[in-house]
Amino acid sequence: MSLKDQHIIKTSNLSIGYTSKKNVNTIAANLNIELDKGKLVCLLGKNGIGKSTLLRTLTKVQPALSGEIFINNTNLKTLNSVDLAKSLSLVLTEHLPESNLSVYELVALGRQPYTNWVGNLSDTDLKFIDTAFEQTNTKHLINAKYYELSDGQLQKVLIARALAQNTDIIILDEPTAHLDIHHTIETLALLKKLAKDFHKTIIVSTHEVNLALQLADILWLMTPSNFMADSTENLIENNCLEQLFDSDLIRFNKTLKQFTLSNSD
Amino acid sequence: MVNSTKSYRNTFIILLGALLLIFIVNISLGSVYIPLKQLFLAFIDGEVEKESWKSIALNYRLPKAITAIIVGSGLSISGLLMQTLFRNPLAGPYVLGISSGASLGVAILILGASFFGATTAGFAFSSWGHAIAASLGAFLVLSAVMLAAIKVRNTMSILIIGLMFGSLTASVISVLAYFSSANQLQQYLFWSFGSLGNLSWNEILVLLIIFLIGMTCVIFIIKPLNSLLLGENYAKSMGVNVKRTRNLTLISTSLLTGVITAFSGPIAFIGLAVPHLTKLLFSTSNHKILVPAVAISGAIIMLICDSIAQLPTSEYTLPINAITSLFGAPIIIWLLVRKRKITY
Repeated sequence: MSLKDQHIIKTSNLSIGYTSKKNVNTIAANLNIELDKGKLVCLLGKNGIGKSTLLRTLTKVQPALSGEIFINNTNLKTLNSVDLAKSLSLVLTEHLPESNLSVYELVALGRQPYTNWVGNLSDTDLKFIDTAFEQTNTKHLINAKYYELSDGQLQKVLIARALAQNTDIIILDEPTAHLDIHHTIETLALLKKLAKDFHKTIIVSTHEVNLALQLADILWLMTPSNFMADSTENLIENNCLEQLFDSDLIRFNKTLKQFTLSNSD
Repeated sequence: MVNSTKSYRNTFIILLGALLLIFIVNISLGSVYIPLKQLFLAFIDGEVEKESWKSIALNYRLPKAITAIIVGSGLSISGLLMQTLFRNPLAGPYVLGISSGASLGVAILILGASFFGATTAGFAFSSWGHAIAASLGAFLVLSAVMLAAIKVRNTMSILIIGLMFGSLTASVISVLAYFSSANQLQQYLFWSFGSLGNLSWNEILVLLIIFLIGMTCVIFIIKPLNSLLLGENYAKSMGVNVKRTRNLTLISTSLLTGVITAFSGPIAFIGLAVPHLTKLLFSTSNHKILVPAVAISGAIIMLICDSIAQLPTSEYTLPINAITSLFGAPIIIWLLVRKRKITY
């Protein structure tokens, strides 16, 4: 029903995977994604199913095998790296290299696509950095070194860096991987707030399926044979979540709208 | 970072003051005692009591001090760039075998001159010849280490690979040495001891020109180097052209290390130790602050090392490499011992 120009991300017949000299390893094919602005998307799937590959392809870190990706109606192939950096920011799982960066400096780096050749911060830059600290409630940390932070604090600061980059889309690769349940909920709730209050389009890959079921607007489910993208309610209605884990140990409980142990009831 | 230049201004003023002071101390030291006032008169072309004093001041001490400044700054900046590019706090021109690469270039030029015949002989002894050969050698080894670093991310492995490149070039040099004449060998050996004092004004001009070219490249990579502090993937996601940054870094470090090694011989540890000391002093990773700070600190420390080399008897000059190693090696040990705190 929605018009074409409302899709912040759109793919047509997208195939993702890896090419080596000898063969092509297709991980998923014929993906036709249409995503509206201001949604929190949780990307769910088993380990090794290709979640990171999908995110890497959407962010132009690796090329698509075939098909097209449109960011804000612009073909990803025609976007130069600086323009892409102005519409899409990342939060990665990888460890940061050792450095002396303070939290403020780290977040300020998010302004790189906008600063001049030597990286001077303008008043506008300072304002965006300030807003990013406010939105993530991390202002008290600005003078700390990033390596002094707890995992939960660091995750919020990394999100603040992405916010300072002032992009419509923020993509996070397993931001909750190292967090306890309290910080996991806090992080996901923060992302939900950013989507709802500030119309950010947020795509998160996560293993927190039960939390994702409660918080996400849209779920992207990856199974070995299928890719399903829809609102949580529709996916539950159509019994799609049952396909997520082909395991005897865990099953989807439709009334609770949660995954439970198979022998728990 | 908000008011970065302001809050660091005082430290910069102190550093520049220290540089001026040690510069004066450095030129007042030497085997012949010359009163400060006479030195000053010599520099402004005034009446000096002894003609020999003027000659010593203008043709020996001043060129040596200027060489020390360029060598110290250039090697330290090279070290800073490598530490950020390799994401490795223990990277530096000497440790990664870059100085050895430059040595190989010079060795092939001096020792291999007999292979290439008489036509290259003139070129081999010219200062430009040395500079070009050393820069090429440095670039070759640096590219090889970089290629290895793309495959191997482990800090220690990269250092060991750099060490291996050092051994490789050393063995090639010994093969070359075996086949060369006593005269060529002597020339190479003297070069390899490292010295700041043998440069003519013409050679200093060559050194200065290439130093300035290298430093100009550095100014253009200050911003992308800052984003590389978060790793290559973050840098790319912020619109940084990582490949271009890496190439510019490789070019400027090989130019700086190459030409400095060509004229002053392989000088150990300055490139590794100075960036760490500067980071301790300034407590930042922002290259906009670090590049000038490291350049000034490098000059200061090189002048100090050179002054110490002059001190003991005032009759002989100690080899500069002995002093820089005495100062640099303990710093590496100290860095490794308190490893948790290593930052770059």
